[in-house]
Amino acid sequence: MQGNTACAEGAIAAGCRFFGGYPITPSTEVAEHMALRLPKTGGVFIQMEDEIAGIASVIGASWTGKKAMTATSGPGFSLMMENIGYAVMTETPCVIVNIQRGGPSTGQPTMSAQGDMLQCRFGSHGDYSVIALCPASVQEMFDLTVDAFNLAERFRVPVFLMADEIIGHMRERLIIPDSVVSGQRVPLEQGALPFRAGEDLVPGFPTFGMGYGVHVTGLTHDERGYPCATSPKLHEDLVKRLVSKIEGARDSIASYDMVNPEAETVFVSYGAPSRSVQQVLHDHPGDGIGHLRLKMVWPFAESLLSRFKNAETFIVPEQNLGQISREIERHVDGDVIPVPKLGGDLHTPDDLYRVLAEVR
Amino acid sequence: MSEEEWLRQDRLPHIFCAGCGNGTVINCTLSAVEQIGWKKQDTVFVSGIGCSSRAPGYIAADSLHTTHGRALAFATGIKLANPALNVVVFTGDGDLAAIGGNHFIHACRRNIDITVVCMNNMIYGMTGGQGSPTTPAGGLSTTTPYGSEEPAFDLCVLASAAGANYVARWTSYHVRELTRAILTGLETPGFSFIESLVQCPTNYGRRNRFKQVTDQIEYFRSHTILVEKAGRMKEKGEEVPAGMILSGEFVRRNRPALGVRQ
Repeated sequence: MQGNTACAEGAIAAGCRFFGGYPITPSTEVAEHMALRLPKTGGVFIQMEDEIAGIASVIGASWTGKKAMTATSGPGFSLMMENIGYAVMTETPCVIVNIQRGGPSTGQPTMSAQGDMLQCRFGSHGDYSVIALCPASVQEMFDLTVDAFNLAERFRVPVFLMADEIIGHMRERLIIPDSVVSGQRVPLEQGALPFRAGEDLVPGFPTFGMGYGVHVTGLTHDERGYPCATSPKLHEDLVKRLVSKIEGARDSIASYDMVNPEAETVFVSYGAPSRSVQQVLHDHPGDGIGHLRLKMVWPFAESLLSRFKNAETFIVPEQNLGQISREIERHVDGDVIPVPKLGGDLHTPDDLYRVLAEVR
Repeated sequence: MSEEEWLRQDRLPHIFCAGCGNGTVINCTLSAVEQIGWKKQDTVFVSGIGCSSRAPGYIAADSLHTTHGRALAFATGIKLANPALNVVVFTGDGDLAAIGGNHFIHACRRNIDITVVCMNNMIYGMTGGQGSPTTPAGGLSTTTPYGSEEPAFDLCVLASAAGANYVARWTSYHVRELTRAILTGLETPGFSFIESLVQCPTNYGRRNRFKQVTDQIEYFRSHTILVEKAGRMKEKGEEVPAGMILSGEFVRRNRPALGVRQ
C-alpha cells in the first residue's frame, strides 16, 4: 500500500469521521482515499474552496465532537497558518497532515523535502506549542496517524503528521491491526468553567449541541471562555498554560527508536533520511554507530540526546538546510554536523558513511 | 425576544457604540429564532471578525467566534458534521465580502443549510472606519479620504447568482420586515442570506453627512424601494432613482441543499 493511503486508513481506524481539504500534490491521495472511504463509515468528506476553508471546516467539525483531519503540502500549509493558531488558542483537537515537498513557493511539487519542520512549530503568530510526528515507513503512516488522533484528543491541540513525499508515495507492506487504541477527549463536567484546566492543564471538552452554551473565541479569554483581551496577567497565564500542557509532557510522550546508546558518533534523523541511516547501520554491523530516530519531533525531547552518554558527534541528515540540527545544537556540548540535502533526492547510504568516516 | 433566555447577562454591557444598528439586528434574529421554536442547545451561532461578529459572544448558546472572513467555512464544518444543529452566522460587509468573499460564493453554491445574517454598515467599524467593498462610490472613510473610487458590491445579487435558496435585504429601520425575512431564512432548507443595512454613527455616519443617528435611519426609511416595484418600473422603462436601496426578497427557491437534517 502507498504511504498516503495508509495515512487515510490509519485516520479511519483511529475514528476520524470528518475530512475537509483541498487537493495539492503530493498529498492528494490522502484526500482521495478519504473521499472513497469516509462515506462508507458514516463519515463526511468535503472538498473545500481552499486550504484556509479546509482547516476551518475541520475545526468546526471538531467542535461537534467528531475527530477531524485535513491533509496538504507546502503552499496549502502556509495558507492554514492563521487557523492553526486559532485551533491552538481555542484548544481544538485536530490532525493536519503535511506531505512535504520542495519550497519555497510552488517549488518542487512532486519532490520530497523536510523544509516545513520549523514552520509547523512556529508558523502561526504568537507563542505556542504543538505536537509533530514524522513517519519513516508506510506502516508508520498508519500507526503515527492513529497516534496523532490520540494525542490531539488528549491534549486538545493540533497534531501534525509531518511526512515527506518519499514516505507519502512509497509502497510497502502494511499490516492493519484488528483494532487500534482510540482515545477520546474528556468531556467537560456540566456546570464547570469551560476553560478551567486541572493538573494536566487540559480542560474538559464542551461539545456543541450538548447544552453547555459555551463561547469559543480566538481572542484571549478567561476561564468562562469570554473575551478578555487587555489583561496582561490573564493573557500570560493562558499562553503559558497552552505551552506548558505540551512542553511539560515532552518526555512522557516522546516517540523514538534508539540504537547503540554507547556510541560516540550518533545519527539523529526523522522521516525519509532515516531509511538511509538504517542502511548505513545495516551495512556496517559492529561499527558502533549510534542512531536516534525521532518519530515525534515536536515537542523536542532533548533528554533523549543526553542518553547517548559517550556521544561526541551528532550527524543530522535532513532534507532541508538544517532545521532540526539547530535544535540539537541548543542541547548538546558535542559537535553537531548537519547534512543538508535539497532538491528531492534522498541522501544515499554512501553519502552518510562518507560523512561518518570524515568525522571519525 | 426573552433577554433572560437568550442573552448572556454576565457579558453585558456590550461593546457596541451608542446608536449602533447591530443590536437591532441581533434582536430581530433572536426574535426569529424564538418564533421558529429553536432551542438554545440545538443552535450554534458562528461569526468571523468585526463589530457584527461580536454578536455570538452575547448569545447564551454554543458560539464560535472565528477568524476574519472564515465564519462560513467553520460553519460548513459544523453543519456537515452534525446536521441536527441549527447554524446561524453573523457577519459584516468587510468580513463577508472582502476577506471572506470566496467562502461566501462557495457556501451559496453548495447551498449549505445555514442562515447568514449580514450587518452591512458599509465600513470597517471595529478598526476605525476604513472603506469596505460595500462603501458606496464617493463614500468617505479613513482609507477613501477623497471619496471611494470603486463601485460597491451588491451582496444580494451576488448571493442570488451564486445559488442561495433564500436572499433578502432590509435595514435596521425595518424591524418587522427584517425579523420576518430572517424567520423565512431559518425555515428555508439550504443557504439563506439576509442582509441588513445598519447605521454606524461613529465611523460611517459622521463622515458621510448623517449628523444624527436618526439621520441615517431616516435615510433607510425614505430610500428603500421594494425589489418588485423597482422591477415594474424597469419594465415600464422608468429609471429607479440613484441611491435607492432595493429591499425585500431577491430569491426564494428550492435548489438541492447540503447538510439538511434528515
